[in-house]
Amino acid sequence: MGRISFDDVGRVFGPSNKGVVALQDINLGVEDREFVAIVGPSGCGKTTCLRLVAGFDFPSSGTVSVDGKTVRSPGPERAVVFQQFALFPWKTVYDNIEIGLRNQGVAREQRRERIGAILDLMGLQSYAESFPHQLSGGMQQRVAIARAYVLDPDVLLMDEPFGALDAQTRVVMQEELVRLARKNPRTVLFITHAVEEAVYLADRVAIMTRAPGRIKEIMDVASVRKAENWDSYERIEEVMDLESFVHMRTHIWRSLREEKAAQPAE
Amino acid sequence: MPRSLSPGQSALLGLIGFAAFIGFWYGLTAAGIMTRQFLPPPWEVLERFVHLLNTRFAGATLLQHLAASFERFAYGFILAAVIGIPLGLLMGWYRLLDQIVTPIFDGLRFIAPIAWVPFAALWFGTGIGGPIMIIFAGAFPPCLINAYRGAKFVEPRLIEAAQMLGTPGRRVVSEVLLPASVPSIISGLRVSAGLGWQSLVGAELIVASAGVGYLMVQGQANMSTETVMSGMIAIGIVGLLLDMALRATERAILRRRGLET
Ligand SMILES: Nc1ncnc2c1ncn2[C@@H]1O[C@H](COP(=O)(O)OP(=O)(O)OP(=O)(O)O)[C@@H](O)[C@H]1O
Ligand SMILES: [Mg+2]
Repeated sequence: MGRISFDDVGRVFGPSNKGVVALQDINLGVEDREFVAIVGPSGCGKTTCLRLVAGFDFPSSGTVSVDGKTVRSPGPERAVVFQQFALFPWKTVYDNIEIGLRNQGVAREQRRERIGAILDLMGLQSYAESFPHQLSGGMQQRVAIARAYVLDPDVLLMDEPFGALDAQTRVVMQEELVRLARKNPRTVLFITHAVEEAVYLADRVAIMTRAPGRIKEIMDVASVRKAENWDSYERIEEVMDLESFVHMRTHIWRSLREEKAAQPAE
Repeated sequence: MPRSLSPGQSALLGLIGFAAFIGFWYGLTAAGIMTRQFLPPPWEVLERFVHLLNTRFAGATLLQHLAASFERFAYGFILAAVIGIPLGLLMGWYRLLDQIVTPIFDGLRFIAPIAWVPFAALWFGTGIGGPIMIIFAGAFPPCLINAYRGAKFVEPRLIEAAQMLGTPGRRVVSEVLLPASVPSIISGLRVSAGLGWQSLVGAELIVASAGVGYLMVQGQANMSTETVMSGMIAIGIVGLLLDMALRATERAILRRRGLET
């Protein structure tokens, strides 16, 4: 459950003859429980890709489908973690996490249990009754992740979820996401600017060209991770020191650098 | 940016303005520029005001007149809020409704509440319906406009978040648009209460039995300028209290959301 597929997807904004071509010929399959990261220059259409899967936006050509069904509207089986958290400021942490479950008709007792479990997992136990504005950015992002995870979605869509965090908090969140992903694997489509983050988290990394966005190259990180036994290291900086990691990262960097260089001077 | 003042300082400045106003008023009467007939001195008005508080004039004490006025106001204001807020929110969500309602609303809202008086008299006579209708005409537009604006300017991301969490369309209105618009709605209610309360005197020109407006009309008929001015003061004080109450509500809600200013 949770196989994403882009088939010849194109997206043009504005009138079709003179609009902005945001995406062109996108073909990408994300397997069930696979973690795929998308990296690419700013404005290349990463967010657009994610919004197509979420059902917030629709392709101008081609199809986006999940488990063989064309995406037609947003839904809780495709949970989204937004870059700017998008928590409801008038609801407490507990209530923010509860909405999705209530919409699914989960009974009150079960809701309490599941929310309790996810709060524990994310280290948010003592913040259940806080309002979002009373939390730090890192805490708010945890709530946003908890709100998505608690729905037990087939697909998790994350748009630069750690972009707004400082470097230290970011590392903590990355380690936590890996922990969470191991405990409870999901299909994840993850967008980021940070190459290290992509290599550390993803099974495969898709590199996009500058606008109009196409997929340039897909790197298989999972096989290297397995061969070099990355998972035996506790901490992110240990993994980042490994030769195999550096190699992978440098390759992606170079690929992105070419895209930047191809960009007309601004 | 001017530096901000402490509450004590701004209270003092307010007091200075008030004192200057009273002083000017007194000056006009003391210097004999205005005759007592046209502008009685401040203390006579105050005396009359206190006197009217529990002495009957035009059939009731000032407090009873106020109560009658307030009741009409409350009906008109609540009716405006109960219709205007949901309608505004729905217009902000359903484009079709927006396109149906907006032209007729834009056409009607520039008609001053007072201009409805002849109609109100014609339709309702001297019953309670007339004044309610006029207060409604004053109070309705800000309710609708602010709810509409609030709904239109909700962060799209919050709507998407709600949809992603499986909230059905019509519940997005009550669960996202409404709470997200609360600050805008409350400031709309403040304007609305002000306009509604202002329309009151006009509304009560057509009521024969009671109300501050009625008291003032009777005062005028008896050539009692102090009575007219007492009515004005009463209207001012109640309007001020009303605004303070709504402002306190606004602040409490903003504080709860971490948006206090
Ligand atoms: N709603 C829209 N209307 C018009 N153009 C749009 C819209 N959304 C995106 N675009 C355009 O599509 C292109 C891709 O945008 P997108 O947000 O997907 O880029 P991105 O890769 O996520 O960039 P960033 O890394 O800066 O977030 C941009 O040129 C953008 O201007
Ligand atoms: Mg983006």
